[in-house]
Amino acid sequence: MTTTLPAYDEVVARYEPVIGLETHVELGTNTKMFCGCPTDFGGAPNTRVCPVCLGLPGSLPVANRAAVEATIRIGLALNCSIAQWCRFARKNYYYPDMPKNYQISQYDEPLCVDGYLDVEVNGEPVRISIERVHMEEDTGKSLHVGGATGRIHGATESLVDYNRAGIPLVEIVTKPIPGAGAMAPEVARAYVTELRDVLRSLGVSDVRMEEGSLRCDVNTSLNLPGEQWGTRTETKNVNSLRSVERAVRSEIIRQASVLTAGSRITQETRHFHEDTGDTTSGRSKETATDYRYFPEPDLVPVAPDPTWVAELKAALPELPRLHRRRLQQEWGLSDLDMQSILNAGAVELIEATIAAGTTPTAARKWWLGELSRRANETGVELADIGATPQQVAELQGLVDAGKLTDKLARTVLEHVVAGEGSPAKIMADRKLEVVSDTGALTAAVDEAIAANPAIADKVRGGKVAAAGALVGAVMKTTRGQADAKTVRELILERLGVQG
Amino acid sequence: MTDLTSFSAAELAGLVARGESSAVEVTQAHLDRISAVDDRVHAFLHVDTEGALAAARDVDSRRAAGEPLGPLAGVPVAVKDVLTTKGVPTTAGSKILADWRPPYDSTIVRRLRAAGTVMLGKTNMDEFAMGSSTEYSAFGPTHNPWDLSRIPGGSGGGSSAALAAYETPLSIGSDTGGSIRQPGAVTGTVGVKPTYGGTSRYGLVAFSSSLDTPGPCARTVLDAALLHEAIGGHDPLDSTSIPAPVPDVAAAARLGASGDLTGVRLGVVREFAGEGAEPGVLAAFRAAVETLTKLGAEVVEVSCPHFQYALPAYYLIAPSECSSNLARFDGVRFGLRVGDDGVRSLEEVMSATREAGFGPEVKRRVMLGTYALSSGYYDAYYGQAQKVRTLISRDFTTAFEQVDALISPTTPFVAFPVGARTADPYQMYLADLFTIPSNLYGGPGISVPCGLADGLPVGLQVMAPTMADDRMYRVAAALESAVGPFTPPAL
Repeated sequence: MTTTLPAYDEVVARYEPVIGLETHVELGTNTKMFCGCPTDFGGAPNTRVCPVCLGLPGSLPVANRAAVEATIRIGLALNCSIAQWCRFARKNYYYPDMPKNYQISQYDEPLCVDGYLDVEVNGEPVRISIERVHMEEDTGKSLHVGGATGRIHGATESLVDYNRAGIPLVEIVTKPIPGAGAMAPEVARAYVTELRDVLRSLGVSDVRMEEGSLRCDVNTSLNLPGEQWGTRTETKNVNSLRSVERAVRSEIIRQASVLTAGSRITQETRHFHEDTGDTTSGRSKETATDYRYFPEPDLVPVAPDPTWVAELKAALPELPRLHRRRLQQEWGLSDLDMQSILNAGAVELIEATIAAGTTPTAARKWWLGELSRRANETGVELADIGATPQQVAELQGLVDAGKLTDKLARTVLEHVVAGEGSPAKIMADRKLEVVSDTGALTAAVDEAIAANPAIADKVRGGKVAAAGALVGAVMKTTRGQADAKTVRELILERLGVQG
Repeated sequence: MTDLTSFSAAELAGLVARGESSAVEVTQAHLDRISAVDDRVHAFLHVDTEGALAAARDVDSRRAAGEPLGPLAGVPVAVKDVLTTKGVPTTAGSKILADWRPPYDSTIVRRLRAAGTVMLGKTNMDEFAMGSSTEYSAFGPTHNPWDLSRIPGGSGGGSSAALAAYETPLSIGSDTGGSIRQPGAVTGTVGVKPTYGGTSRYGLVAFSSSLDTPGPCARTVLDAALLHEAIGGHDPLDSTSIPAPVPDVAAAARLGASGDLTGVRLGVVREFAGEGAEPGVLAAFRAAVETLTKLGAEVVEVSCPHFQYALPAYYLIAPSECSSNLARFDGVRFGLRVGDDGVRSLEEVMSATREAGFGPEVKRRVMLGTYALSSGYYDAYYGQAQKVRTLISRDFTTAFEQVDALISPTTPFVAFPVGARTADPYQMYLADLFTIPSNLYGGPGISVPCGLADGLPVGLQVMAPTMADDRMYRVAAALESAVGPFTPPAL
């Protein structure tokens, strides 16, 4: 059965969405949260395990100080208060990828509380309130073999890889975000983007959504203006920035169609599907598991020394928003120009290109022009386009030195992107350098005049515009490697005409 | 030559160190004794003959090479089957772990090996250390060497019975509510619950994490102290381990053995006087108080008003923690797996495994704890019990402002007949009435034999402030020098 979904504009004209985001970040510590096993991505299944992260009888956790430090730094960067004393808690539920059948997490005593993150949505500042930032351990990964769907139902065998079990996770929870209206999807995306940039600037995680080191759950509810907030759903499996936006939008539309039909929203977990862009129902939260949280007796409380916290605060790096503001000033850009750079994800690329010795204008031109166009065409992230900031700076250097014309430079760039090496090497290998040897050029000009006597006469007779055809002929014989302006001047000179 | 099994650990270490006996001879004597009596006592679940002899040979060759040996080198030790031993079965007295051989040593066992002691094997216990008689072992009860028709206490009945039966001079137990001290009392041996955090829990199969405390068991106070020093001290693998050296307990035991307690103030807990204890136990306790007074101690009465709530608080906290700690026994990664027939679902296999693998007392406590932690009941049960725990700790703190240590009978009754209390769990729980408070507080406690009632041993408990374990050793050693030893009839 198919139902026709309402249009987004109609929905947000009628209902007010409230969203909330829970983000899990895998910390980039060398070792796991509670044992000495390595944390690197990959590795043969069940090779990065020990009695502790396998939950063997008798084993005990010991908290990783580096993970506590990273969590405090995240809390500070998100303007949170840092608890002077807090505890871990056990979250009890049975699942085979969780070795102890409880997860060590934090419950009513998180390490960081009450912060905020300022983001910009279409140039407008939006402050997102942060409820809490807490530490926990990751679970292993289940693999269901033999079923049609790869899910547990119908599988003949279930395999578990515990390499990921015990990797330090930080969970960052926003307070509910009302009032975003039609912009709710963009606000969600802007928040996750900004959060990712903050985490990256702190160096605490590689924040790769596709590898799962940054995972996002999106809570959504709708209400009529003036009424109480509606029942919320929690959408999981949102694995890219674009998906964050799409998931919110699709869930807003779905909930509206349910409400408009006079039904109730079920409080449940939903799964986002990248391919279809919609969500499907997971487990219902009305029969929610009772996690029987209680303070983790195997771990002493975490009581960060205030002096240490102050040191960590003083040593925080410049955060992305301030960094961008400074760059905008240094580069002399308008808000609009800066925004287009941000939208393209090109800030760091341009910054590095400038650092490699080129001007802000040139760096911006290449990254937002030719390279952005190619990235859009091929559907890759700008950062993964295949050209490095150093190569772009080198390319511009060749243009500035008169060795390449803009057009030639674009050709060279194409080969750079194809992975053929540095611009200088490509220019040499492919003989793309501007023909600047005047003798050769004069010969080509004379040849063109001799081959086109009628056109030459017209030019001599004062129809200077006709020289274009001669320029074209010269460019043809020089395979485009001559500077058109120089060629034109030379033609007029040989024909004795003033330009 | 005198039977080597009759010596204390300190004496045996001396024999080995001086070359008067080899570690292999000492070990073989104890293995022979186990062969001779353990079919009747059933103190051991597993005897590691080869491992023991190999360890003994290693001590002998190190001695021959002139290497320095520790104060317990070559001395046999038995380990409660709740501590992991690499490659050696570790069952925690449960069917669910019947075939489990851990891939790692607990910290205590690692330290025992490093000290050159010789591990004879693993001793019987109530399943997952839940019980006071060893009758809840999945592998059959242990019998008390004083009277084989009676229980040896629990949960560590195997470790204490092995001492009383002269199968080992030393053993390791774990004490969550009295599981070292109460078996010590009813077998006429010494049992020590160190300060919580003074001995590492790494590799101790958890029952109740905030209470579990591994500790030494021996036939003499000095032996217990030497063993305490060998296994104690900070362990970075246990977050709750106290980063401080072991109190000088061996020196305190030697000091106490001089029989002089002048200047020591001892408190008798008023709330424990008379309540629930058998007349014979009270009589032996009163006689011990007189002895302590004669040795120079000043004995006064102190009030610990919240001790009466210790038992109910304990039976909320311990089951709550156990319900979570035992969740990992699901048949997925180790141990028993039942019903994995390709038809049953994962949940059904987990459920069938737990149904078949856990005994009735374990199930009772898992259910109690699951209930006490559940949403809507947490505050009334677990939360309230934690408040009581705080009040009990305050009672101790206040008492230790007046006295150096507290004394009481270790347990209200002497060894009871097998089967006498299994029908009514509450009657079994009462065995730990006097020992539970120090688990809730975290301070150390020792049980030392103080007399006999109807021919069965009675223990005196000394409780000290946290990290003042040495105080109780001194008092216990003084009493031991005045009234001990107590030797069971020949088996």
